[in-house]
Amino acid sequence: MSAIVSGPELIGEALRVGYRADAAILDGVDVRIPPGELTVIIGPNACGKSTLLRTLARILRPAGGAVLLDGADVRSLPSKVLARRLGMLPQSPIAPDGITVLDLVSRGRYPHQGILRSWSEDDERAVDDALIATGTLDLADRQMDELSGGQRQRVWIAMALAQQTSALLLDEPTTFLDIGHQNDVLELISGMRDASRTIVAVLHDINQAARFATHLIAMKDGRIVAEGRPTDIVTAELIDELFELRARILIDPAYGVPMVLPGG
Amino acid sequence: MRRALTVRTGFVSVRIDRRMLVLAAVMLTVIVALALWAVTLGSFPISVGQVADTLLGGGGKAARKVVWEWRGPRIAAAILFGALLGMSGAVFQSLTRNPLGSPDVIGFNAGSYTGVVVAMMLGASGYAATVSAAVVGGLIAAVIVYALAFRDGVSGTRLILVGIAISLFFGGLNQWFAVTADVDEALRAAVWGAGSLAKVTPAAVAVAAAIALAALVIMPVAQRWMSMLELGDDTAAMLGLRLERTKALLVVFGILTTAVVTATAGPIAFVALAAPQIGRRLRGRGASVDLLSAALTGALILLAADIVAQHALPGILLPVGAVTVCAGGAYLLWLLAVEGRRR
Repeated sequence: MSAIVSGPELIGEALRVGYRADAAILDGVDVRIPPGELTVIIGPNACGKSTLLRTLARILRPAGGAVLLDGADVRSLPSKVLARRLGMLPQSPIAPDGITVLDLVSRGRYPHQGILRSWSEDDERAVDDALIATGTLDLADRQMDELSGGQRQRVWIAMALAQQTSALLLDEPTTFLDIGHQNDVLELISGMRDASRTIVAVLHDINQAARFATHLIAMKDGRIVAEGRPTDIVTAELIDELFELRARILIDPAYGVPMVLPGG
Repeated sequence: MRRALTVRTGFVSVRIDRRMLVLAAVMLTVIVALALWAVTLGSFPISVGQVADTLLGGGGKAARKVVWEWRGPRIAAAILFGALLGMSGAVFQSLTRNPLGSPDVIGFNAGSYTGVVVAMMLGASGYAATVSAAVVGGLIAAVIVYALAFRDGVSGTRLILVGIAISLFFGGLNQWFAVTADVDEALRAAVWGAGSLAKVTPAAVAVAAAIALAALVIMPVAQRWMSMLELGDDTAAMLGLRLERTKALLVVFGILTTAVVTATAGPIAFVALAAPQIGRRLRGRGASVDLLSAALTGALILLAADIVAQHALPGILLPVGAVTVCAGGAYLLWLLAVEGRRR
């Protein structure tokens, strides 16, 4: 692996996406994901946040517009080449029956492998590093079905890490987890952030978003209504606009980030 | 000790599952032993030693004829056809993520049968015509099933339900042909439809061997695709797999492997359905359906079934298809019970 000085920049230009032609979910969205940041996309249900993420990940093909990774249209890149640079953990990934943690995480190496080179030293190192980084090394020989929800999510993140992409997208990585495991996973993701990696996550909880994001994108009705540092954009007006909720904004004394308390 | 064995030399570096290695060695040994024993069975007495001698180029004239022309081709066909059916089943079960998603259940065999029946009614006979008709019939059934099951992608359960319906539809067509065709044609179709290795020629075995060899070469690539697709479409796409192209290629692989068998021997049920699941269980915890163990298990099942078909009832030669259908019924009940309890 060559040393990457700066994480990649991901840009969506005039993205138009609709499952049906007459009802666009995204109607001309321009978005820039800043390099080296942990960007969190928030917004009410059905605001198009997951759709935006899946479009950036090129799982959804936009009816109009383009997704650029460091200036190159992702559609112009061979899929394996792109998969070495841009990874995504879907919202509910499927673990085959009885698969072991080691086997699953190893599959994240697919874009780096060939038929005769399907387990190089680089592969082994990347998988070990991913297991260590997510605290799942001890689980390597266990089966996925035996693990708790929090452990399982760590393993999926390990698989995405083993892929060694400099851009990593996560679609609601805390869904179905209790608050302890939610925090656990968010700490893990936050700890993965460095200048050479660009991370984007869709989250539900505005307070968790404000706490962990370095860049926040707020969406409603398929549009971006605000973006910037959480301390700059999380206001009572924004919460009202997004969720039609009267709320007070306090500053978390420990982390200096805004906290949303519902109720006037 | 980790379950995997890492091999790295020069430009090759691969990881091999130890249990798979042991399983493959054991199954190959059992298959060879069973095959040697099968050559000795029959009205012309011949010992294992004589068989080995004949295979190595010696033996008397009569022994050579029995081994090379009578029993050998049929045994080779059982092994090769079983392996091809096993692989076909593994492909479709992996694609549908369902142990019921095998070509004999989801209509491809019935389609091949219809193709052959139509070819017979049009007066075409001979190996090439039968093979082409079976392949075309299977493909038409596959296209119909795929088209009817498609809605923003194909889900396993929908594919299977549509497949069962299409299977019944083609089955109805086949019956209609049998009733309306003249007696000779109907009889030929019925004999072919029972599924038998009795009429397998050395030429047909050679074709099957060539296809099996090609399948063996393709197997590692196909296996990797299957492992990725098991993770779900989104994850597979994010790992750099081109979904629709990969699935289409796997479907063609699955249809070709089953069609070459169906064309030669007629529809042989159950092997494609059961072999991948038995192979998976033999590999133990943590294994999903895979091509190699499905191929080995399939070969073993069909070889054993054909021995039963020929020699279990003294004086009666059953079509091997009848044996596999009986075994398959029992297996299917067991599978439904096990799956039903798990859900």
